[in-house]
Amino acid sequence: MDVTVTLTVNGVARTVTTDPERPLLDVLREDLHLTGTKYGCGDGRCGACTVLMEGKPIRSCVTPVSLADKKGITTIEGLAEGRSLHPVQEAFLEEGAMQCGYCTSGMILSAVALLQNKPNPTDDEIVTAMNGNICRCNGYIKIKSAIRRAADKMRR
Amino acid sequence: MTEKLSTRNIAAEASKPSTATGEELTISRRTFVQTLGAGLLITVTDTLSWGQRRGGRGGGGGGSTPVVARLHLNEDGTISVMSGKVEEGQGARTELSQAAAEELRVPFERIRIVMADTDFVPDDGGTSGSRTTPYNVPPMRQAAATARELLTRFAAQQWQVEAGTLQVRDGTITHRATNRKLTYADLAKSKEIAEAFQQPIESDIALTAVSDWKVMGASIRRSNWRDLVTGAHLFPSDIVRPNMLYGRVLRPPSYRATLESIDLSAAKAMKDVVVVQEGEFVGFVAPSQFRATQALEAAAKTATWKTVKGPSSRTIHVYLKQRARMPAPAEKGFADAAKTLNATYTLAYIQHVPMETRAGIAQWNDGKLTVWAGVDNPPSAQRALAQMFDLPAERVRVIVPDMGGGFGGKHAAPAGQEAARLAKAVGRPVCVHWTRAEEFTWAYFRPAAVIECRGALDAEGKPVGWDFVNINAGGAAVDAPYNIPNKRVQSVGSDSPLAQGAYRCLAATGNNFARESFIDELAFAAGADPLEFRLAHLANDRIRAVLETVARHFNWSQRKKKVTPELGVGLACGTEKNSVVAACVEVGIDRKRGEIKVHEVCEAFECGPILNPANLTSQVQGCIIMSLGGALSEEIQFENGRILNANFGGYRVPRFRDVPKVDVHLVPKDDIPAAGGGETPIIAVAPAIGNAVFAATGVRLRSMPMRGEALRQA
Repeated sequence: MDVTVTLTVNGVARTVTTDPERPLLDVLREDLHLTGTKYGCGDGRCGACTVLMEGKPIRSCVTPVSLADKKGITTIEGLAEGRSLHPVQEAFLEEGAMQCGYCTSGMILSAVALLQNKPNPTDDEIVTAMNGNICRCNGYIKIKSAIRRAADKMRR
Repeated sequence: MTEKLSTRNIAAEASKPSTATGEELTISRRTFVQTLGAGLLITVTDTLSWGQRRGGRGGGGGGSTPVVARLHLNEDGTISVMSGKVEEGQGARTELSQAAAEELRVPFERIRIVMADTDFVPDDGGTSGSRTTPYNVPPMRQAAATARELLTRFAAQQWQVEAGTLQVRDGTITHRATNRKLTYADLAKSKEIAEAFQQPIESDIALTAVSDWKVMGASIRRSNWRDLVTGAHLFPSDIVRPNMLYGRVLRPPSYRATLESIDLSAAKAMKDVVVVQEGEFVGFVAPSQFRATQALEAAAKTATWKTVKGPSSRTIHVYLKQRARMPAPAEKGFADAAKTLNATYTLAYIQHVPMETRAGIAQWNDGKLTVWAGVDNPPSAQRALAQMFDLPAERVRVIVPDMGGGFGGKHAAPAGQEAARLAKAVGRPVCVHWTRAEEFTWAYFRPAAVIECRGALDAEGKPVGWDFVNINAGGAAVDAPYNIPNKRVQSVGSDSPLAQGAYRCLAATGNNFARESFIDELAFAAGADPLEFRLAHLANDRIRAVLETVARHFNWSQRKKKVTPELGVGLACGTEKNSVVAACVEVGIDRKRGEIKVHEVCEAFECGPILNPANLTSQVQGCIIMSLGGALSEEIQFENGRILNANFGGYRVPRFRDVPKVDVHLVPKDDIPAAGGGETPIIAVAPAIGNAVFAATGVRLRSMPMRGEALRQA
């Protein structure tokens, strides 16, 4: 039985009538045409689908859309303000922290969440926070550098 | 104004790196002009056959390929260039743009590259084998240099001066003496140039010397870089067509299983679901992936299958060896040897596991098929689709937006074929995006292998016999780059129970693992230091150079003295695809827990002149860390054709926590042609780890992945 879910995505109220068990990921991609959030595994183990719900990182592929009812969701499309990129996005560009770029959305959102909690993370804290995000180009070294660079930017 | 142009025109729209949604078949002239620019429109629309024209082996530029097939001047001063190569994170987009910019004498930002659209670009073959750099960059440079020459000659003619007196800089041709100037933008509308660009690309034209490179050799970033951090880039799986539906396909539970019966009534009764059955092919189409999956699951639980017994991941190596045409052992060099050694090395099947699983979006219009797919060989995918639907190739168009990884695993486009079949049946565009479990199970595997090694030493500890047989994985880097008087290397086939195919650097990883481990075994038997033994017998000076480089940076001679049972160092080297690599590693070992932890990898790599240092560094770092998976943890587990670990929980790929200290040394060598750098850096790490484990523990691990548990038992 379909239900109507109201969620605020990147600051905009959206209403979707759909199966309550459908993954938030599918609703974002198929119904709201926000394809920046990626399918990677469907069981929450790779982090490609990471979005922020009420500021906290969640795996949208294992989050039924009904759980997002009346919640605020931030996707990769909602990070920049106009032409002005979020410091984490800037840092990824400056470090060249992407190869194919498919994991990048999830990496950036996980990093944003990390830096909200820990503005000056140690290397261990970066590894712990990011370990659920897989990059198969194995660009982990530059991603770590980008997170450190973003932390510097955000503290300034 | 709207006009009916040939369907190729939407290629331009669709091939823009980040907005690959395309428009309807009738597009406005404005859209077209925005995309390719206004210049030389006549040439573009008249030359209908470029998409089908083969660029030559791996994308040649010589022969009959006209300049216009590669290059197009736009009125705004930008230049569109065409390549059949696919961007999958390895950097082809940037490298090919750099090549064109360099020879055209324009800044990098002036180049607009159109890639991997069979209606629109020359047939450059597949994107694999590290071939873009040696086989596709030169034709792009030749095309750009030929264009520059033609433009310069044209200006000289106009001004009645010698072409040699003209200068070309920043897209402007200048005659200094008379202060006359002509820009590429000025010439974009010229009919004479349009005609001149019909001339073949000059394959013997002089190219810019490495020492004069301004754009090539620089750490320039991909032009669509920003779209990757904003989510704006559309990967193949992000393509949405008007009225598009989502499709799922019924899969057998195991390899070679055949469908006996299925009850489709529940699926058919579901709202908005269309079931497509053609023999054993059963697909489910719905307005959402979720609904299509529900229909699939409802039907799948009613299916009965005839399964086939087969080997398991535990018995696979015996199975492969039994089915191999094994040669008799080599005798030369062994009969009079002071010492002989035998060892058997093995490799597991592994998956490529690109972050973006296979995806295909298919749309039929008036009997013409367009497929957007994540595939590294668009022309081959086009031919397969044409054959499947009995169409001439020109009625099939394959477009590959920059995709989410491949690593040799996306040579074909099965999801595109499935989407095309379903789209044809339902009369609407269909997207098929494989699940991770499908990708783990039905994408082909890096072959499992058995590698039999025999070696002989004389009384002085010099290697005098070498007999090396790879079973099932292939012949890449099967040779031993050492001076050994009696050497036999061979690759023999077997009968793989699972679908297998290419993987980053092919069999070179396995062959290098076995060879460089076994060379260490010979060095140990000869009582020699592993570095000294290699330097004494290496037959390749480029390998020698990187090995010496890495040993120096790693401080090999000091660190090997500090080896303990808990801390080992090892090294290895090799060559493949005309590049050379050497690595030193340090590992920590916890025998109680059965753990091997790689602390540090120091690697030196040389692939000729370096086209883009930042990109090459990413490739080398990526290869090193990717190789840790195959070395230590990645293994497909299966039994009777059933894949048992088709998820990230059961199949361990490297994560942040696994990343060691990585120290990369790119060694430039400017007196040879550039070779590709995205593969060979993967081959040296696994044997170096095995050698380090041996140095610490005296236990030789001969299977990839090398499991720490083996040390616990040992």
